[in-house]
Amino acid sequence: MKNLVILGAGTSGTMMANHLVSKLPKNDWKITIIDQYKTHYYQPGFLFLPFDIYTTKQVKKNGKKFIPKSVNYIQEKIDLILPKENKVKLEKGDVIDYDILIIATGTKIAPQETEGMAGPEWHKSIFDFYTYEGAKALRNKLREWEGGKMVVHITEMPIKCPVAPLEFAFLADSFFKNKGMRDKVDITFVTPLDGAFTKPKATKALHYLLEEKGIKEVTDFNIERVDYENKKIIDYADVEVDYDLLVTVPTNMGDALIERSGMGDDLNFVPTNKATLQTNNYENIFAIGDATNLPASKAGSVAHFEAEILTENILRYINGEPLKEEFDGHANCFIETGEGKALLIDFNYTHEPVEGTFPFPGVGPLSLLKESRINHMGKMAFRWIYWNMLIKGIHIPFVSATMTEKGKKFENVN
Amino acid sequence: MKKLISNKEIDVNEEGYLLDFNQWDKEVGESLASELGIEMTDKHWEVIKYLQDMHLKGEPLSIRGIKKSGVINIKEFYDLFPGGPLKKSTLIAGIPKPKSCI
Repeated sequence: MKNLVILGAGTSGTMMANHLVSKLPKNDWKITIIDQYKTHYYQPGFLFLPFDIYTTKQVKKNGKKFIPKSVNYIQEKIDLILPKENKVKLEKGDVIDYDILIIATGTKIAPQETEGMAGPEWHKSIFDFYTYEGAKALRNKLREWEGGKMVVHITEMPIKCPVAPLEFAFLADSFFKNKGMRDKVDITFVTPLDGAFTKPKATKALHYLLEEKGIKEVTDFNIERVDYENKKIIDYADVEVDYDLLVTVPTNMGDALIERSGMGDDLNFVPTNKATLQTNNYENIFAIGDATNLPASKAGSVAHFEAEILTENILRYINGEPLKEEFDGHANCFIETGEGKALLIDFNYTHEPVEGTFPFPGVGPLSLLKESRINHMGKMAFRWIYWNMLIKGIHIPFVSATMTEKGKKFENVN
Repeated sequence: MKKLISNKEIDVNEEGYLLDFNQWDKEVGESLASELGIEMTDKHWEVIKYLQDMHLKGEPLSIRGIKKSGVINIKEFYDLFPGGPLKKSTLIAGIPKPKSCI
């Protein structure tokens, strides 16, 4: 009997367990998944929780429901990966042997990386919305907040779901309009990049949204510290931005387990082949989703496309065949723009988001890079797709793992 | 698109970043720097060399990486390339602008 071990039962790990359980011969392979947490969160919902669009119940379920029964599910903290010995050590001392290891330990916020961020004002006037606790605390704050300067801020790249901060700003605009207090709130979007949108085509197609909603932009802002006493963020060029309410996306880092095991880069992400998903240093260790250092977006949709390709590569690896170099960085994201509308973007390592239709070339019904109500409905429907199809590894019809160029207005390939 | 930089025809993208690092040399770098109003010193070139080495190794570039580079600290980096230091230095170095989303 051989052992395949998956570390992490989030979006990626759960998908891999579901994919592999039907593909690996049961008599030869035992599949184990390890995660210390019982709850599986619908992370895209954290964007809606602060605005009372989703309830807390809609974004969390018992993770066990989504792990196939024949998979050995261990709920314990992982202490160490010993890649040279093909072993994983658990907190209570148990040691698990593996023949193949899949790292799916995701990314976490690290507010402690920025001076003054995780201090006494954390979850009082400084909030994140990338954790359940942060999103809920922010919801409670927004319910009673009487207005002032709201700063929506990105600390440094890469971050999970890079468009979420912008969506947050758009939804905040709608939220305050609906409460009849938009005139009491000043919204500023602060980014280390050179714009809220940074690619020329997206900027051209979408910049009007910021102007229309009266959201100010501060760009090229690399934060040095938060002065929580005087309520301002300060960057390395000594630019200061005042806030009353700071909604920040702290530095994102891979799990501390990766650092403890000496397997990560500066940010604890695992160096991984961007086309095959095999790790660079160990041929029987694969990585998926936010835990990797891939130059793709850290997002569930990316993990979903990776899972299909990784499943095939695991089977090829077992059979001693060459791995498929197929992953192209495909991402497919809905972007909430507020007032019941959304955008949809589809892109990969080499192609910028473009206009067109999705998933059917020339037909739609969803339109790319354009605001529409049906895109918003798509985003809302996605929660059902997530719980019922995506993490169970059921293929979403008509949406392929690699990006299709049909029905899209490509001009040139960089 | 093509751009004439220090009397050489160089392929650049719409933001002026070089498309082919092989077309880069010190004169091209110098000329790109002067377009940005930056006068190159030895320290500037040390940083440019570091960025190029990282790029050739396939390492992503970030402000955090600069902090750990051992070549320069972030304050000095801002002093050398005022405004958007990473954006400007990569342009001068003839390598792509660090990746972002949309």
